[in-house]
Amino acid sequence: MRSFKNHLSLIIALFSIIFTVQIFIVVDRSINAYEKKLKDEYSMIVIVKKGFDKQLLVNANPLIASVVELSPDHIVDKLKSEISNQNFKLLKLSLPTFYKVRLNRFPRPKEIKKLTSAITKITNVTKVEDFSSNHDVTYKLLLLFKTITEIFSIAMIAVTSLLILKEMKIWQFQHNERMSIMALFGAPIWLRSAVLFRLAIVDALISSLLVSATFFLAKTNGKVANELSQLGISVELFNGVDDLLKLVLIALCLSVVLATMIVIANREDRYA
Amino acid sequence: MDKVIYAQDLSLSYKDDHNIIHKANFSFNAGEFIFITGASGSGKSTILKSLYGALKADRGKLIVGGVTMNGISSKKLNFLRRHIGIVFQDYKLIKEWTIEKNVTLPLIISGYAKEVSDEQVDKLLTHVKLSHQIGRYPPELSGGEQQRVAMARALAHNPILILADEPTGNLDEYSAKVVWDLLEGANEQLKTTVVVVTHNIPDVMHVPFRKFHIEKGDINEIL
Repeated sequence: MRSFKNHLSLIIALFSIIFTVQIFIVVDRSINAYEKKLKDEYSMIVIVKKGFDKQLLVNANPLIASVVELSPDHIVDKLKSEISNQNFKLLKLSLPTFYKVRLNRFPRPKEIKKLTSAITKITNVTKVEDFSSNHDVTYKLLLLFKTITEIFSIAMIAVTSLLILKEMKIWQFQHNERMSIMALFGAPIWLRSAVLFRLAIVDALISSLLVSATFFLAKTNGKVANELSQLGISVELFNGVDDLLKLVLIALCLSVVLATMIVIANREDRYA
Repeated sequence: MDKVIYAQDLSLSYKDDHNIIHKANFSFNAGEFIFITGASGSGKSTILKSLYGALKADRGKLIVGGVTMNGISSKKLNFLRRHIGIVFQDYKLIKEWTIEKNVTLPLIISGYAKEVSDEQVDKLLTHVKLSHQIGRYPPELSGGEQQRVAMARALAHNPILILADEPTGNLDEYSAKVVWDLLEGANEQLKTTVVVVTHNIPDVMHVPFRKFHIEKGDINEIL
Protein backbone atom coordinates (compact mmCIF):
# COMPACT_ATOMS: atom_id res chain seq x y z
CA MET A 1 0.00 0.00 0.00
CA ARG A 2 2.83 2.37 0.95
CA SER A 3 4.65 1.48 -2.25
CA PHE A 4 1.46 2.21 -4.27
CA LYS A 5 1.17 5.61 -2.56
CA ASN A 6 4.80 6.37 -3.44
CA HIS A 7 4.16 5.42 -7.05
CA LEU A 8 1.03 7.55 -7.10
CA SER A 9 2.87 10.63 -5.74
CA LEU A 10 5.51 10.42 -8.43
CA ILE A 11 3.02 9.60 -11.18
CA ILE A 12 0.89 12.64 -10.22
CA ALA A 13 3.96 14.91 -10.14
CA LEU A 14 5.23 13.63 -13.48
CA PHE A 15 1.70 13.79 -14.91
CA SER A 16 1.51 17.49 -13.95
CA ILE A 17 4.80 18.24 -15.69
CA ILE A 18 4.03 16.32 -18.87
CA PHE A 19 0.48 17.67 -18.96
CA THR A 20 1.91 21.20 -18.77
CA VAL A 21 4.39 20.39 -21.53
CA GLN A 22 1.60 19.06 -23.77
CA ILE A 23 -0.54 22.15 -23.02
CA PHE A 24 2.44 24.26 -24.05
CA ILE A 25 2.83 22.24 -27.24
CA VAL A 26 -0.89 22.70 -28.05
CA VAL A 27 -0.71 26.46 -27.34
CA ASP A 28 2.36 26.71 -29.55
CA ARG A 29 0.54 24.79 -32.30
CA SER A 30 -2.51 27.04 -31.96
CA ILE A 31 -0.39 30.16 -32.22
CA ASN A 32 1.43 28.78 -35.23
CA ALA A 33 -1.89 27.89 -36.86
CA TYR A 34 -3.23 31.35 -36.09
CA GLU A 35 -0.03 32.91 -37.44
CA LYS A 36 -0.52 30.93 -40.63
CA LYS A 37 -4.11 32.11 -40.85
CA LEU A 38 -3.00 35.72 -40.33
CA LYS A 39 -0.25 35.30 -42.89
CA ASP A 40 -2.63 33.82 -45.45
CA GLU A 41 -5.10 36.61 -44.92
CA TYR A 42 -2.56 39.36 -44.60
CA SER A 43 -1.26 41.38 -47.51
CA MET A 44 0.19 44.79 -48.23
CA ILE A 45 -1.00 47.02 -50.96
CA VAL A 46 1.69 48.96 -52.82
CA ILE A 47 0.77 51.81 -55.17
CA VAL A 48 3.31 52.61 -57.86
CA LYS A 49 3.55 54.81 -60.91
CA LYS A 50 2.92 53.26 -64.29
CA GLY A 51 5.80 51.38 -65.91
CA PHE A 52 7.15 50.10 -62.59
CA ASP A 53 9.29 46.94 -62.67
CA LYS A 54 7.52 44.35 -60.46
CA GLN A 55 10.79 42.54 -59.83
CA LEU A 56 12.02 45.50 -57.76
CA LEU A 57 9.27 44.76 -55.27
CA VAL A 58 9.98 41.01 -55.19
CA ASN A 59 13.64 41.71 -54.40
CA ALA A 60 12.92 44.37 -51.78
CA ASN A 61 12.82 42.00 -48.79
CA PRO A 62 13.16 38.23 -48.24
CA LEU A 63 9.82 38.26 -46.39
CA ILE A 64 8.01 38.86 -49.66
CA ALA A 65 6.63 35.64 -51.12
CA SER A 66 4.79 36.96 -54.14
CA VAL A 67 3.61 40.14 -55.80
CA VAL A 68 0.32 40.21 -57.71
CA GLU A 69 -0.91 43.12 -59.76
CA LEU A 70 -4.44 44.21 -58.84
CA SER A 71 -6.80 45.27 -61.54
CA PRO A 72 -8.74 48.45 -60.63
CA ASP A 73 -11.29 47.72 -63.38
CA HIS A 74 -14.14 46.50 -61.21
CA ILE A 75 -14.00 49.74 -59.18
CA VAL A 76 -13.44 52.07 -62.08
CA ASP A 77 -16.18 50.41 -64.14
CA LYS A 78 -18.76 51.67 -61.66
CA LEU A 79 -17.93 55.21 -62.84
CA LYS A 80 -18.33 54.38 -66.54
CA SER A 81 -21.98 55.42 -66.70
CA GLU A 82 -21.38 58.69 -64.88
CA ILE A 83 -18.54 60.16 -66.99
CA SER A 84 -17.84 60.53 -70.68
CA ASN A 85 -16.01 57.86 -72.59
CA GLN A 86 -13.01 60.13 -73.17
CA ASN A 87 -12.77 61.11 -69.52
CA PHE A 88 -13.09 57.50 -68.55
CA LYS A 89 -10.10 56.58 -70.76
CA LEU A 90 -8.12 59.49 -69.31
CA LEU A 91 -8.99 58.36 -65.80
CA LYS A 92 -7.81 54.86 -66.55
CA LEU A 93 -4.55 56.17 -67.99
CA SER A 94 -3.90 58.41 -65.00
CA LEU A 95 -4.53 55.69 -62.43
CA PRO A 96 -1.44 54.22 -60.73
CA THR A 97 -0.72 50.46 -60.61
CA PHE A 98 -1.76 48.52 -57.51
CA TYR A 99 0.18 45.52 -56.26
CA LYS A 100 -0.82 43.04 -53.60
CA VAL A 101 2.25 41.80 -51.69
CA ARG A 102 1.97 38.39 -50.01
CA LEU A 103 4.46 37.38 -47.30
CA ASN A 104 6.23 34.13 -46.34
CA ARG A 105 5.02 34.39 -42.73
CA PHE A 106 3.20 36.77 -40.52
CA PRO A 107 5.68 39.55 -39.69
CA ARG A 108 6.32 41.02 -36.28
CA PRO A 109 5.42 44.72 -35.90
CA LYS A 110 9.09 45.75 -36.24
CA GLU A 111 9.45 43.70 -39.42
CA ILE A 112 6.37 45.39 -40.92
CA LYS A 113 7.95 48.80 -40.29
CA LYS A 114 11.24 47.66 -41.84
CA LEU A 115 9.46 46.17 -44.84
CA THR A 116 7.29 49.25 -45.39
CA SER A 117 10.34 51.46 -45.20
CA ALA A 118 12.26 49.26 -47.69
CA ILE A 119 9.37 49.33 -50.20
CA THR A 120 8.80 53.06 -49.80
CA LYS A 121 12.43 53.70 -50.70
CA ILE A 122 11.99 52.07 -54.14
CA THR A 123 11.72 54.64 -56.89
CA ASN A 124 8.21 55.18 -58.25
CA VAL A 125 6.51 53.70 -55.19
CA THR A 126 4.01 56.29 -54.08
CA LYS A 127 2.24 54.61 -51.17
CA VAL A 128 2.35 51.48 -49.06
CA GLU A 129 -0.68 50.39 -47.10
CA ASP A 130 0.23 47.75 -44.52
CA PHE A 131 -3.02 47.29 -42.49
CA SER A 132 -0.78 46.36 -39.59
CA SER A 133 -2.77 48.04 -36.83
CA ASN A 134 -5.73 45.69 -37.41
CA HIS A 135 -3.60 42.59 -36.95
CA ASP A 136 -1.25 43.91 -34.30
CA VAL A 137 -3.69 43.73 -31.41
CA THR A 138 -4.67 40.09 -31.99
CA TYR A 139 -1.13 39.04 -32.63
CA LYS A 140 0.26 40.82 -29.59
CA LEU A 141 -2.41 39.19 -27.45
CA LEU A 142 -1.39 35.80 -28.81
CA LEU A 143 2.28 36.49 -28.06
CA LEU A 144 1.37 37.61 -24.54
CA PHE A 145 -0.61 34.39 -24.05
CA LYS A 146 2.35 32.36 -25.29
CA THR A 147 4.75 34.13 -22.88
CA ILE A 148 2.37 33.59 -19.96
CA THR A 149 2.10 29.89 -20.86
CA GLU A 150 5.91 29.66 -21.03
CA ILE A 151 6.36 31.27 -17.61
CA PHE A 152 3.62 29.10 -16.13
CA SER A 153 5.22 25.96 -17.63
CA ILE A 154 8.67 26.81 -16.27
CA ALA A 155 7.29 27.54 -12.79
CA MET A 156 5.21 24.38 -12.84
CA ILE A 157 8.16 22.22 -13.96
CA ALA A 158 10.47 23.75 -11.31
CA VAL A 159 8.03 23.23 -8.43
CA THR A 160 7.03 19.73 -9.52
CA SER A 161 10.67 18.72 -10.04
CA LEU A 162 11.38 19.70 -6.44
CA LEU A 163 8.43 17.55 -5.35
CA ILE A 164 9.79 14.62 -7.36
CA LEU A 165 13.23 15.06 -5.79
CA LYS A 166 11.63 14.92 -2.32
CA GLU A 167 9.63 11.84 -3.31
CA MET A 168 12.73 10.08 -4.61
CA LYS A 169 14.58 10.93 -1.41
CA ILE A 170 11.80 9.18 0.50
CA TRP A 171 12.19 6.17 -1.80
CA GLN A 172 15.88 6.21 -1.17
CA PHE A 173 15.35 6.15 2.60
CA GLN A 174 12.94 3.25 2.16
CA HIS A 175 15.43 1.33 0.06
CA ASN A 176 18.41 2.46 2.09
CA GLU A 177 18.73 -0.81 4.02
CA ARG A 178 18.66 -2.90 0.85
CA MET A 179 21.14 -0.59 -0.87
CA SER A 180 23.46 -0.69 2.15
CA ILE A 181 23.35 -4.50 2.30
CA MET A 182 24.18 -4.63 -1.40
CA ALA A 183 27.08 -2.23 -0.76
CA LEU A 184 28.44 -4.63 1.88
CA PHE A 185 28.90 -7.24 -0.82
CA GLY A 186 30.55 -4.82 -3.23
CA ALA A 187 27.63 -3.85 -5.45
CA PRO A 188 28.52 -0.85 -7.62
CA ILE A 189 26.39 2.25 -7.23
CA TRP A 190 24.34 1.60 -10.40
CA LEU A 191 23.36 -1.87 -9.21
CA ARG A 192 22.46 -0.59 -5.72
CA SER A 193 20.33 2.14 -7.27
CA ALA A 194 18.71 -0.11 -9.88
CA VAL A 195 15.44 -0.19 -7.92
CA LEU A 196 15.28 3.60 -7.81
CA PHE A 197 15.86 3.84 -11.56
CA ARG A 198 13.36 1.06 -12.27
CA LEU A 199 10.67 2.87 -10.26
CA ALA A 200 11.52 6.17 -11.96
CA ILE A 201 11.32 4.62 -15.43
CA VAL A 202 8.08 2.70 -14.77
CA ASP A 203 6.39 5.80 -13.31
CA ALA A 204 7.63 7.96 -16.20
CA LEU A 205 6.07 5.51 -18.67
CA ILE A 206 2.79 5.32 -16.74
CA SER A 207 2.47 9.10 -16.40
CA SER A 208 3.26 9.79 -20.06
CA LEU A 209 0.72 7.17 -21.11
CA LEU A 210 -1.89 8.77 -18.83
CA VAL A 211 -1.25 12.23 -20.31
CA SER A 212 -1.40 10.78 -23.84
CA ALA A 213 -4.70 9.10 -23.02
CA THR A 214 -6.09 12.35 -21.57
CA PHE A 215 -5.22 14.34 -24.69
CA PHE A 216 -6.39 11.55 -26.97
CA LEU A 217 -9.78 11.61 -25.21
CA ALA A 218 -9.92 15.40 -25.49
CA LYS A 219 -9.15 15.05 -29.20
CA THR A 220 -11.85 12.45 -29.84
CA ASN A 221 -14.34 14.38 -27.70
CA GLY A 222 -14.15 17.28 -30.19
CA LYS A 223 -15.18 20.03 -27.76
CA VAL A 224 -11.80 21.75 -27.78
CA ALA A 225 -11.50 21.33 -31.54
CA ASN A 226 -14.88 23.07 -31.94
CA GLU A 227 -13.73 26.00 -29.84
CA LEU A 228 -10.55 26.31 -31.90
CA SER A 229 -12.49 26.11 -35.14
CA GLN A 230 -14.47 29.14 -33.97
CA LEU A 231 -11.16 31.00 -34.10
CA GLY A 232 -10.86 29.80 -37.66
CA ILE A 233 -8.01 27.40 -36.98
CA SER A 234 -7.61 23.66 -36.80
CA VAL A 235 -5.12 22.30 -34.23
CA GLU A 236 -4.06 18.72 -33.47
CA LEU A 237 -4.52 18.28 -29.71
CA PHE A 238 -2.63 15.02 -29.78
CA ASN A 239 -0.47 14.05 -32.68
CA GLY A 240 -0.50 10.25 -32.19
CA VAL A 241 2.85 8.45 -31.99
CA ASP A 242 4.87 11.67 -32.42
CA ASP A 243 3.44 13.28 -29.30
CA LEU A 244 3.48 10.02 -27.36
CA LEU A 245 7.20 9.53 -28.07
CA LYS A 246 7.91 13.16 -27.20
CA LEU A 247 6.12 12.86 -23.84
CA VAL A 248 7.69 9.50 -22.99
CA LEU A 249 11.14 10.91 -23.78
CA ILE A 250 10.60 14.03 -21.66
CA ALA A 251 9.22 12.01 -18.71
CA LEU A 252 12.05 9.46 -18.92
CA CYS A 253 14.78 12.12 -19.17
CA LEU A 254 13.34 14.08 -16.27
CA SER A 255 12.86 11.13 -13.92
CA VAL A 256 16.22 9.55 -14.78
CA VAL A 257 18.07 12.87 -14.31
CA LEU A 258 16.38 13.43 -10.94
CA ALA A 259 17.09 9.83 -9.84
CA THR A 260 20.73 10.28 -10.90
CA MET A 261 20.95 13.47 -8.81
CA ILE A 262 19.72 11.57 -5.74
CA VAL A 263 22.13 8.69 -6.37
CA ILE A 264 25.12 11.01 -6.89
CA ALA A 265 24.27 12.95 -3.74
CA ASN A 266 24.36 9.70 -1.73
CA ARG A 267 27.13 7.81 -3.50
CA GLU A 268 29.53 7.87 -0.53
CA ASP A 269 27.31 5.75 1.74
CA ARG A 270 29.55 2.88 2.83
CA TYR A 271 27.34 1.34 5.51
CA ALA A 272 29.27 2.76 8.42
CA MET B 1 52.60 -17.50 5.32
CA ASP B 2 50.49 -14.95 3.37
CA LYS B 3 48.99 -12.19 5.46
CA VAL B 4 45.32 -11.58 4.70
CA ILE B 5 45.08 -8.74 7.21
CA TYR B 6 47.87 -6.49 8.35
CA ALA B 7 47.51 -3.52 10.69
CA GLN B 8 50.28 -1.24 11.85
CA ASP B 9 49.70 1.53 14.41
CA LEU B 10 46.05 1.52 13.41
CA SER B 11 43.92 4.18 15.11
CA LEU B 12 40.17 4.28 14.65
CA SER B 13 37.49 6.64 15.89
CA TYR B 14 34.02 7.87 15.07
CA LYS B 15 33.23 11.49 14.29
CA ASP B 16 33.55 13.79 17.33
CA ASP B 17 34.49 10.83 19.50
CA HIS B 18 37.64 9.80 21.33
CA ASN B 19 39.91 7.13 19.89
CA ILE B 20 38.20 3.73 20.02
CA ILE B 21 41.28 1.86 18.84
CA HIS B 22 44.69 3.35 19.50
CA LYS B 23 47.79 2.34 17.56
CA ALA B 24 46.81 -1.32 17.16
CA ASN B 25 49.23 -3.79 15.59
CA PHE B 26 48.09 -7.20 14.40
CA SER B 27 48.23 -9.49 11.42
CA PHE B 28 46.10 -12.49 10.42
CA ASN B 29 47.43 -15.15 8.08
CA ALA B 30 45.56 -16.83 5.23
CA GLY B 31 43.50 -19.79 6.41
CA GLU B 32 43.50 -18.80 10.08
CA PHE B 33 40.50 -18.77 12.42
CA ILE B 34 40.61 -15.64 14.57
CA PHE B 35 38.54 -14.63 17.56
CA ILE B 36 38.44 -11.03 18.75
CA THR B 37 36.91 -10.69 22.20
CA GLY B 38 36.27 -7.80 24.52
CA ALA B 39 33.62 -6.07 26.59
CA SER B 40 30.73 -4.16 25.03
CA GLY B 41 31.95 -0.87 23.59
CA SER B 42 35.58 -1.96 23.62
CA GLY B 43 35.88 -1.53 19.84
CA LYS B 44 35.48 -5.11 18.54
CA SER B 45 32.90 -4.16 15.90
CA THR B 46 34.86 -1.00 15.10
CA ILE B 47 37.84 -3.09 14.06
CA LEU B 48 35.58 -5.28 11.94
CA LYS B 49 34.10 -2.19 10.24
CA SER B 50 37.56 -1.00 9.32
CA LEU B 51 38.27 -4.44 7.80
CA TYR B 52 35.36 -4.15 5.37
CA GLY B 53 35.98 -0.47 4.71
CA ALA B 54 32.99 1.04 6.50
CA LEU B 55 35.31 3.03 8.74
CA LYS B 56 38.44 4.81 7.59
CA ALA B 57 41.61 4.68 9.65
CA ASP B 58 42.56 7.93 11.37
CA ARG B 59 46.19 6.97 11.43
CA GLY B 60 48.35 3.95 10.75
CA LYS B 61 48.29 1.37 8.02
CA LEU B 62 45.69 -1.28 7.24
CA ILE B 63 45.96 -3.87 4.46
CA VAL B 64 43.14 -6.33 3.76
CA GLY B 65 43.50 -9.03 1.10
CA GLY B 66 46.52 -7.23 -0.32
CA VAL B 67 44.57 -3.97 -0.70
CA THR B 68 45.65 -0.88 1.25
CA MET B 69 42.54 0.46 2.96
CA ASN B 70 43.92 3.96 3.59
CA GLY B 71 42.26 6.28 1.08
CA ILE B 72 40.75 3.38 -0.84
CA SER B 73 38.52 4.34 -3.77
CA SER B 74 34.88 3.20 -3.95
CA LYS B 75 35.69 1.08 -6.99
CA LYS B 76 38.54 -0.75 -5.22
CA LEU B 77 36.48 -1.15 -2.07
CA ASN B 78 33.62 -2.73 -4.06
CA PHE B 79 36.14 -5.07 -5.68
CA LEU B 80 37.57 -6.07 -2.28
CA ARG B 81 34.11 -6.63 -0.77
CA ARG B 82 33.33 -9.09 -3.56
CA HIS B 83 35.97 -11.34 -1.95
CA ILE B 84 34.69 -10.96 1.60
CA GLY B 85 31.71 -12.66 3.26
CA ILE B 86 30.11 -10.79 6.15
CA VAL B 87 27.81 -12.11 8.86
CA PHE B 88 26.05 -9.89 11.40
CA GLN B 89 24.23 -10.51 14.66
CA ASP B 90 21.05 -9.03 13.13
CA TYR B 91 21.51 -11.05 9.89
CA LYS B 92 21.04 -8.05 7.53
CA LEU B 93 18.94 -9.97 5.05
CA ILE B 94 16.86 -8.14 2.45
CA LYS B 95 13.33 -8.65 3.75
CA GLU B 96 11.58 -8.16 0.41
CA TRP B 97 13.66 -10.88 -1.25
CA THR B 98 13.19 -14.63 -0.97
CA ILE B 99 15.91 -16.52 0.88
CA GLU B 100 17.38 -17.91 -2.35
CA LYS B 101 17.57 -14.41 -3.84
CA ASN B 102 19.32 -13.23 -0.68
CA VAL B 103 21.89 -16.01 -1.05
CA THR B 104 22.30 -15.18 -4.75
CA LEU B 105 23.16 -11.53 -4.01
CA PRO B 106 26.98 -11.86 -3.87
CA LEU B 107 26.88 -14.04 -6.99
CA ILE B 108 24.84 -11.45 -8.91
CA ILE B 109 27.26 -8.73 -7.83
CA SER B 110 30.28 -10.83 -8.82
CA GLY B 111 28.72 -11.50 -12.23
CA TYR B 112 28.22 -15.27 -11.99
CA ALA B 113 26.18 -16.91 -14.76
CA LYS B 114 22.61 -17.73 -13.72
CA GLU B 115 23.04 -21.51 -14.08
CA VAL B 116 26.18 -21.46 -11.92
CA SER B 117 24.62 -19.27 -9.25
CA ASP B 118 21.38 -21.31 -9.18
CA GLU B 119 23.39 -24.48 -8.64
CA GLN B 120 25.53 -22.85 -5.95
CA VAL B 121 22.47 -21.49 -4.11
CA ASP B 122 20.75 -24.89 -4.18
CA LYS B 123 23.89 -26.53 -2.82
CA LEU B 124 24.32 -23.96 -0.04
CA LEU B 125 20.68 -23.98 1.05
CA THR B 126 20.85 -27.75 1.26
CA HIS B 127 24.11 -27.42 3.22
CA VAL B 128 22.50 -25.07 5.77
CA LYS B 129 19.44 -27.36 5.89
CA LEU B 130 17.02 -24.81 4.47
CA SER B 131 16.21 -26.32 1.07
CA HIS B 132 12.64 -26.94 2.28
CA GLN B 133 12.21 -23.20 2.93
CA ILE B 134 12.91 -22.10 -0.66
CA GLY B 135 10.49 -19.38 -1.81
CA ARG B 136 10.00 -18.00 1.69
CA TYR B 137 10.97 -14.55 2.91
CA PRO B 138 13.30 -13.80 5.87
CA PRO B 139 10.54 -12.49 8.20
CA GLU B 140 8.83 -15.90 7.82
CA LEU B 141 11.86 -17.70 9.28
CA SER B 142 13.15 -18.07 12.85
CA GLY B 143 16.26 -16.16 13.96
CA GLY B 144 18.40 -19.27 13.67
CA GLU B 145 17.14 -19.98 10.17
CA GLN B 146 17.75 -16.38 9.12
CA GLN B 147 21.34 -16.58 10.38
CA ARG B 148 21.83 -19.78 8.37
CA VAL B 149 20.62 -17.91 5.28
CA ALA B 150 23.09 -15.14 6.12
CA MET B 151 25.84 -17.80 6.46
CA ALA B 152 24.91 -19.29 3.08
CA ARG B 153 25.08 -15.79 1.57
CA ALA B 154 28.50 -15.15 3.16
CA LEU B 155 29.82 -18.40 1.68
CA ALA B 156 28.13 -18.16 -1.74
CA HIS B 157 30.94 -16.47 -3.64
CA ASN B 158 33.77 -18.51 -2.06
CA PRO B 159 35.30 -15.52 -0.25
CA ILE B 160 38.91 -15.39 0.87
CA LEU B 161 37.81 -13.86 4.16
CA ILE B 162 34.72 -14.16 6.34
CA LEU B 163 34.03 -11.45 8.90
CA ALA B 164 31.44 -12.30 11.55
CA ASP B 165 30.14 -9.82 14.11
CA GLU B 166 28.58 -11.67 17.07
CA PRO B 167 27.13 -14.26 14.67
CA THR B 168 25.46 -16.31 17.39
CA GLY B 169 24.48 -13.45 19.70
CA ASN B 170 20.74 -13.85 19.06
CA LEU B 171 20.61 -17.63 18.54
CA ASP B 172 19.55 -20.65 20.54
CA GLU B 173 22.08 -23.39 21.29
CA TYR B 174 21.18 -25.57 18.30
CA SER B 175 21.29 -22.73 15.74
CA ALA B 176 24.51 -21.40 17.25
CA LYS B 177 26.15 -24.82 16.83
CA VAL B 178 25.05 -24.97 13.19
CA VAL B 179 26.63 -21.54 12.59
CA TRP B 180 29.93 -22.53 14.27
CA ASP B 181 30.00 -25.75 12.24
CA LEU B 182 29.52 -23.76 9.03
CA LEU B 183 32.30 -21.30 9.93
CA GLU B 184 34.62 -24.14 10.89
CA GLY B 185 33.75 -26.00 7.69
CA ALA B 186 34.59 -22.99 5.54
CA ASN B 187 37.88 -22.56 7.38
CA GLU B 188 38.86 -26.21 7.37
CA GLN B 189 37.69 -27.32 3.94
CA LEU B 190 37.97 -24.14 1.88
CA LYS B 191 40.89 -22.61 3.83
CA THR B 192 38.92 -19.40 4.19
CA THR B 193 40.26 -16.95 6.77
CA VAL B 194 37.59 -16.36 9.41
CA VAL B 195 37.54 -13.41 11.81
CA VAL B 196 34.87 -13.58 14.49
CA VAL B 197 34.08 -10.81 16.94
CA THR B 198 32.34 -12.20 20.02
CA HIS B 199 31.83 -11.80 23.75
CA ASN B 200 32.63 -15.41 24.48
CA ILE B 201 34.49 -18.08 22.60
CA PRO B 202 32.18 -21.09 22.28
CA ASP B 203 33.06 -24.45 23.80
CA VAL B 204 32.12 -26.28 20.61
CA MET B 205 35.21 -25.17 18.64
CA HIS B 206 37.14 -28.00 16.97
CA VAL B 207 39.57 -26.15 14.73
CA PRO B 208 42.68 -24.42 16.08
CA PHE B 209 42.26 -20.67 16.46
CA ARG B 210 44.06 -17.50 17.54
CA LYS B 211 42.49 -15.23 20.10
CA PHE B 212 42.82 -11.46 20.45
CA HIS B 213 41.44 -9.34 23.24
CA ILE B 214 40.56 -5.64 23.10
CA GLU B 215 40.70 -3.49 26.18
CA LYS B 216 40.87 0.30 26.48
CA GLY B 217 41.64 0.72 22.78
CA ASP B 218 44.47 -1.80 22.76
CA ILE B 219 44.33 -5.14 20.97
CA ASN B 220 46.56 -7.94 22.22
CA GLU B 221 46.94 -11.57 21.28
CA ILE B 222 46.24 -14.01 24.07
CA LEU B 223 48.75 -16.79 23.83
